[in-house]
Amino acid sequence: MIVFLLVTLALIVSLFFNTLGAVSLYRFPDVYTRLHGATKCTTFGTIFIVAAVLVYSIGRMGGEPRFRVLFVHSIFALMVLLITNATGAHALARASHRSGLLPVGAVVDRLEERRNGGEAL
Amino acid sequence: MFIFVASLLTYLLLVWSGDAIPLGEVLIGLLLAGVVTLAFKAWHPDRQLSRRGLDPRRWVNFVVYLFGPFAAGLAKANIDVAIRVITGKIRPGIVKVSPGLKSDLARTVLANSITLTPGTLTVDIDDAGGYYIHWLYVEDEDPSEEQLYGSFAKWARRLAE
Repeated sequence: MIVFLLVTLALIVSLFFNTLGAVSLYRFPDVYTRLHGATKCTTFGTIFIVAAVLVYSIGRMGGEPRFRVLFVHSIFALMVLLITNATGAHALARASHRSGLLPVGAVVDRLEERRNGGEAL
Repeated sequence: MFIFVASLLTYLLLVWSGDAIPLGEVLIGLLLAGVVTLAFKAWHPDRQLSRRGLDPRRWVNFVVYLFGPFAAGLAKANIDVAIRVITGKIRPGIVKVSPGLKSDLARTVLANSITLTPGTLTVDIDDAGGYYIHWLYVEDEDPSEEQLYGSFAKWARRLAE
């Protein structure tokens, strides 16, 4: 029963953040701000999906060995997600800025200032 | 050394099906981990094989960081960004900070922590170790490290330098 409650709670939280991630694509003006919404809200959402799987497999662990395997593999998926999400977001942002896409409505852009100053990165 | 152990453990945990792992799989794992290590060595000939990455204290520290300050920062910033998505109140900009980290690993840990924390996104890094960070709500055009990412730089220094 408590397992069921925890799983439901985690899934509701994850659904909320994943929905916000999708909404942010419409609400934010440019690629950088959209990256914030799309990658970050989704990360938190996906962490909670994995948490739901972990709780569920702990609840079923006593019986069958395949739930122990599920537990370990979920932790792997989470680690890979945390590393690739950050790296991918960084790579997209860096490539965008290098190809001359400036942030819309930015109050300050130190990277552009530096490039205009003639220093090579 | 670290890359060998990490590859071997990853392989064994991925083929594990709940029972004892057969000897054949262990041998295949050892072979593959050896190939990966040699390939890495050929790619980065200047890197020495060291046991530093296997020091358990570093790993305990890393787990403490992951579940302590990092998880707290992640949760706080996620809620902050969620509110900004709903209200649409943003003030974006790219700011610069210089935490003064030396080693590549420490810089990577910090850059990844910054990017994973919502509201901040590492766009670029220069040779002197200055970070260019896209900030969703710029509070200060020349921010302090504390404002941007709290204690992450201190932890990155402790973990990887």
